[in-house]
Amino acid sequence: MSQAVTPYLEMSQAIIEAGGEALKKCYQCGTCSGTCPWTPITNFNIRKLVRYGQLGFDGIEDFMWGCSTCKFCVDRCPRGVELIDIVTAIRNVYSGGGMLPQSLRSFVGSLAARGNPWSGDPAKRNDWAKEKYPLYKKEMEYLFWTCCTICYDPRNTRLARATAELLNQAALSWGIPSIDVNCCGESVRKVGDLELFERLKNTNLNYFQANSVAKMITVSPHCLVTFKKEYGEDYNIVHFSELLASLIKEGKLKPKKDFGGIKVTYHDPCYLGRHSGIYDAPRDVIKSLPGVELVEMKRNREQSMCCGGGGGGLWMEKLKGERLSDLRVEEALATGANVLATACPYCITMFEDSIRTLNVDDKIVVKDVTELLLESLEINIDEPVGDMCEIV
Amino acid sequence: MSRIGVFVCHCGLNIAKTIRVSELAEFASTLPDVVVARDYRFMCSTPGQEMIANDIKEHRLDRVIVTACSPLMHEHTFRKVIEKAGLNQYMLTIVNIREQVSWVTSDIEEGTAKAKALLNGAVYRARLLAPLSSRVIDVNSGVMIVGGGIAGIQAALELANTGKKVYLVEKNSTIGGHMAQFDKTFPTLDCSACILTPKMDAVLQHPNITLMTYCEISEVKGFVGNFDIKVRQKARYVNHDKCNACLACTEKCPGKGISEWDEGLVKRKAIHIPFPQAVPQKPVIDRDACTYFLKGKCRLCEKVCEQKAIDFEQQDTFIDVKVGAVIVATGYNLMDTSPLVQYGYGKYPGVYSALEAERLFNSAGPTSGKVTLRDGKEPQAIAILHCIGSRDKNNYEHCSRVCCMYSLKFAHLFKEKTSADVYQFYIDIRAAGKGYEEFYNRIIEEDVKFIRGKVARVAESSDEPGRLIVEAEDTITGKFVQLPVDMVVLSPAMIPREDSKEVGRLFNLSTDKHGFFMERHPKLAPLSTMSEGIFIAGTCQSPKDIPDTVAQANGAAAEALTIVSREKMELEATTAMVNPASCCGCQNCVRVCPYGAPLFNYEKGVSEINEALCKGCGLCASVCPTSAIIARHFTNEQVLAEIEGLMEF
Ligand SMILES: Cc1cc2nc3c(=O)[nH]c(=O)nc-3n(C[C@H](O)[C@H](O)[C@H](O)COP(=O)(O)OP(=O)(O)OC[C@H]3O[C@@H](n4cnc5c(N)ncnc54)[C@H](O)[C@@H]3O)c2cc1C
Ligand code: SF4
Ligand code: SF4
Ligand code: SF4
Ligand code: SF4
Repeated sequence: MSQAVTPYLEMSQAIIEAGGEALKKCYQCGTCSGTCPWTPITNFNIRKLVRYGQLGFDGIEDFMWGCSTCKFCVDRCPRGVELIDIVTAIRNVYSGGGMLPQSLRSFVGSLAARGNPWSGDPAKRNDWAKEKYPLYKKEMEYLFWTCCTICYDPRNTRLARATAELLNQAALSWGIPSIDVNCCGESVRKVGDLELFERLKNTNLNYFQANSVAKMITVSPHCLVTFKKEYGEDYNIVHFSELLASLIKEGKLKPKKDFGGIKVTYHDPCYLGRHSGIYDAPRDVIKSLPGVELVEMKRNREQSMCCGGGGGGLWMEKLKGERLSDLRVEEALATGANVLATACPYCITMFEDSIRTLNVDDKIVVKDVTELLLESLEINIDEPVGDMCEIV
Repeated sequence: MSRIGVFVCHCGLNIAKTIRVSELAEFASTLPDVVVARDYRFMCSTPGQEMIANDIKEHRLDRVIVTACSPLMHEHTFRKVIEKAGLNQYMLTIVNIREQVSWVTSDIEEGTAKAKALLNGAVYRARLLAPLSSRVIDVNSGVMIVGGGIAGIQAALELANTGKKVYLVEKNSTIGGHMAQFDKTFPTLDCSACILTPKMDAVLQHPNITLMTYCEISEVKGFVGNFDIKVRQKARYVNHDKCNACLACTEKCPGKGISEWDEGLVKRKAIHIPFPQAVPQKPVIDRDACTYFLKGKCRLCEKVCEQKAIDFEQQDTFIDVKVGAVIVATGYNLMDTSPLVQYGYGKYPGVYSALEAERLFNSAGPTSGKVTLRDGKEPQAIAILHCIGSRDKNNYEHCSRVCCMYSLKFAHLFKEKTSADVYQFYIDIRAAGKGYEEFYNRIIEEDVKFIRGKVARVAESSDEPGRLIVEAEDTITGKFVQLPVDMVVLSPAMIPREDSKEVGRLFNLSTDKHGFFMERHPKLAPLSTMSEGIFIAGTCQSPKDIPDTVAQANGAAAEALTIVSREKMELEATTAMVNPASCCGCQNCVRVCPYGAPLFNYEKGVSEINEALCKGCGLCASVCPTSAIIARHFTNEQVLAEIEGLMEF
């Protein structure tokens, strides 16, 4: 039996007002849904989401969480529809009353209470550094923006230390922020909580202003995009892979260790690739390593496949068979690579999870390009990793 | 003291909605020298025109101001009205309060205020107007047509049949254009060659047509009625006056070039005619493929040619042609889809562009009309992809208009010539022409599968090497489709010729952002351009099918005829002139004029303006330091008075 429905245009109007203006442009061609990596494996359908939004149909709540904001559809849409804005607006409108799915509640709650999504103690934000690295001061050149994931997620604190060591090695003038900062707010913005995002943003802006921050380095492409596009300021900000590529080119960092002919494949993180247009720098870093062969996966660069971690995806439970990271790891395995390199802490987390559940940890490991370079410079940072993050 | 009448038009609600028209008329009546002011719903209607004529008589008006739409619309109309009522036509002033006021605001206060300012300026200027007399020139009765596709062919035959002399200039070595590449044409499926080749032959045989193939326009001078065009005849290396079209040379030639006619699917000889029914039937040598030109040895063609027609020394030559009017009919290209990596064109051999597919159906094509893939096998499943690059803001926003229809035609031909399953991936089927919906229905009944969804990706099959997987969402069911096929046909956007901007520059035509030629008015003057005497027809103006192309060609022929059927014509009197007594000889005017009208007379030490070339744009007058140049109808005094009137607001 079919159920009759009536368009509910007030709802549609609310979405438009929350930033989903682009709803109006869509002519329902299906390019986005045909392009979206989730369509073949889940019930999420971005074209349908837009359609429901256009007419304010009921039932949108059931599938609005599926998008990982990878931007593939946005790049391909023939009508120039800003689909991620629509997704964000819809989530904002429909979850305004606190209607978050269970799995997202703790991460949003932690952001609201502690300013980071990892339920970490704000006072311990810099504990990973063990007071080895300097705090940023006005006369320094770079602020090394330590995102929450590399401060609190035990696996990714390694990335924080690797970055810090390379910055020292290149003899740059740099420092890390004090514990007065908090999450850049990217994920919570994509989850639709625009108010919380504003709060987080203002805290950071205050710190940047008070400390006259002008140049920044990020390792998370998510922070990169957020500072560039959502903070309304014009910071001189680079992704660490870009800086590394130029330091290598200028001869300030010289890879030494020969990897003895290993195969490395590189996964383009959505926020570094499609969102920021950076494809070559991380590849240049890999190509500079002696004894390393860079092999490409079938889908690469502009056509790269999402790991599933964006847009809140990192915190959402996904059933087996509905995980993009699993498919991506399989694609990486198909190249015969021993290392799956990437340049984003979210991707690292997603892939390591998949490698564990797929039981292929003997075949492939995940590394950030930063870690590969560190290894090639023969710098050891691997003391036994203590648990930096007290789960409260 | 002059006697001015002001006539304010409502244009229905077009103007009256955002300008208080009666207030404007009342305001006009308070202005100096205005003896009558009225407003009326449609000034251009017969009663409106009569109103003006009566007032001229009754109030002994010597100047008329019509406050209405753009002068492009009705200046001519109102000039005739006042001329009939006994005034010189240049005593008319149009104030454009529609395009420049009411259509660009929704605020009635703002609209009324701006209209008053414009009108005030117009009254100040009108008081200083002086009668002018038009120039009369002789008209050349020939017409040049640029482009020998179906549009150019049709226009050439129509004009030649009226007894006019036609020069048909085609850059290829044959006429025919894209239509000559097709096997069948929608919606009637009549054989393209059967309806086209008789026309191509008729062009060749017609005593009034000079066919100039392998030619390009190199320079255009002159103006309506008297164009002076330099045509470059590219070297063919074959003397066509001697050649008797035996084609013995093409059999022996070892040189291999890419067959443009077959869309690069096969090779052709260096000395060649593009296809068997080419017109003219005489060959040309492709230098880039000829063994002699490349390596200095061969000349086999020369040996076999009994007519001694081969001439390796031939050079490009230039031919001067004088005509009264020109029709530009340079046609279209298809977009190169290889940058759209998601469709795999140029990467997977099974992906074809629409024109390549056309050649596979054609019995004179590379496969003699058999539909086979590059590996010689017959396809088992075929996907036709609509809207590739069309209706797409990342590429071309326009709908290419014919691809839905030829995609249906393809489906029919595939069904007829193979046993393949045929799928159409579409967004909307646009079948709005005569007989088109019926054709669509017919194809549906031929059991072609329609999947509503734009294809997102064409990928290689990992299970069956060589096969392709087409991925799309069927937006009707919401299912994600992965369809294995062995042939994909893309329907790419129809776009202007690569050199259309260059051609536009030669003929002073404006182009849209992609390079389609702009018409003078999208509804009322679709074949005219902003350049008097130059017309456009066919797909160089916008994508269209053959019926519309032919209709336009006939229309453009008729438009050209309205010019070349006159012996003399009147030109605008609004040209510039130099007062030799004040000219200081600086030659600023010579440098700025876009039409090359001012020339410096070295004997007298002053500039002189060739009125035949002058379009009255006034640039020269504005750069003349001694005010020696008078732009008639826009003299310094007149323009300053108008500015003064505007400034009062
Ligand atoms: C795959 C496909 C299938 C089609 N099938 C059909 C169909 O079945 N039925 C139908 O009604 N329509 C069909 N069409 C549309 C049809 O092709 C056009 O309507 C028609 O060919 C337009 O003719 P034209 O003379 O404007 O342009 P063209 O055919 O492009 O001819 C233009 C001519 O001008 C010449 N030229 C270009 N530039 C210059 C220059 N600078 N100087 C001198 N000469 C120049 C060119 O060499 C060419 O000979 C199809 C289109 C495509 C792409
Ligand atoms: S690709 Fe763009 S136009 Fe097409 S359905 Fe998606 S949002 Fe709409
Ligand atoms: S942004 Fe990526 S995940 Fe989200 S709908 Fe678009 S293609 Fe799918
Ligand atoms: S010289 Fe030889 S290669 Fe060149 S056109 Fe003549 S026969 Fe062909
Ligand atoms: S005619 Fe059809 S296939 Fe071509 S652009 Fe328009 S809608 Fe698309």
